[in-house]
Amino acid sequence: MAYSEQVIDHYENPRNVGKMNDSDDNVGTGMVGAPACGDVMRLQIKVSDEGIIEDAKFKTYGCGSAIASSSLVTEWVKGMSLDEAQELKNTTIAEELALPPVKIHCSVLAEDAIKAAVADYKDKRAKK
Amino acid sequence: MSADAAKALTFEFLSSLSAGYMMDITQNYFEFLALPVTYQLDLQSLSERNRELQKTLHPDRFAHLSDRERRLSVQYTAYLNEAVSTLKSPLTRAQYLLKMEGIDTFSETQVQLEPMFLMQQMELREGLESVREASDPDAVLLALQATVDGEMKALRSQFDGFYQQSTPTSLDAAAVCVRKMQFIDKLGREIEALEDQLFDE
Repeated sequence: MAYSEQVIDHYENPRNVGKMNDSDDNVGTGMVGAPACGDVMRLQIKVSDEGIIEDAKFKTYGCGSAIASSSLVTEWVKGMSLDEAQELKNTTIAEELALPPVKIHCSVLAEDAIKAAVADYKDKRAKK
Repeated sequence: MSADAAKALTFEFLSSLSAGYMMDITQNYFEFLALPVTYQLDLQSLSERNRELQKTLHPDRFAHLSDRERRLSVQYTAYLNEAVSTLKSPLTRAQYLLKMEGIDTFSETQVQLEPMFLMQQMELREGLESVREASDPDAVLLALQATVDGEMKALRSQFDGFYQQSTPTSLDAAAVCVRKMQFIDKLGREIEALEDQLFDE
């Protein structure tokens, strides 16, 4: 299958690959997976006291579209508030990356990952 | 249905097909192969049944018949191949059994998985990724392969237990096993691919 230029760019130069310390109070971690293709994705955010996402990291084991989707999300959410990040839609990701219909689920995975990261962060805070 | 389907699938039956009668490939794979519907499938019986039916359906036996009959034999052969490959693999066999119970795990994309399980999968993938930098890559690969084999074996036995209970709750639990198997299966294939790469270098 032919990948779009945007996907190839993110695939070859993924932004923000890495890992944050999950035990930090200001870090939220989202772990998601797609059984059908065996893809696993970890997306983490570092949140300021003002509720702004200061940094984001990801690690994805999957196809080019899954890597590109998560890479793009980490770029986008930096500087966003938690609410803004939570409203990120997979369709916006798919559009930006020009994903073909069979790869839409990769953008869904990235949306689920950022939602899970925000939820994890809020959970941690609520427990404090 | 049992051995009858097998009997029905004879050369005589196929060659006697008349216009207007469509061949019945709506039987499930187990019926089609005259095998009991079970997860603990006897693989030897499967391959024996496959051999017999491949012989029955061999194109040479249809060469003198009409286009329509030849086309049907090709159609039947395709269904046979699909049935055999699906039932042969422990993963797709489990998926197929669930599908017969109305649970489709073949194409689902939106499912919740336990974070602990995903975390473990992440670690295993990271382990595989670092194989190239390891001082003894073969040893690391072997260890990963052993983990995959062990996990797969455990999941297969869990699946079978849940599947046999056959209640809505236990079938859901069986579906969870299948989803996990899909990740382990993928990891297994990636280990193999890396093994081949390292061997070629």
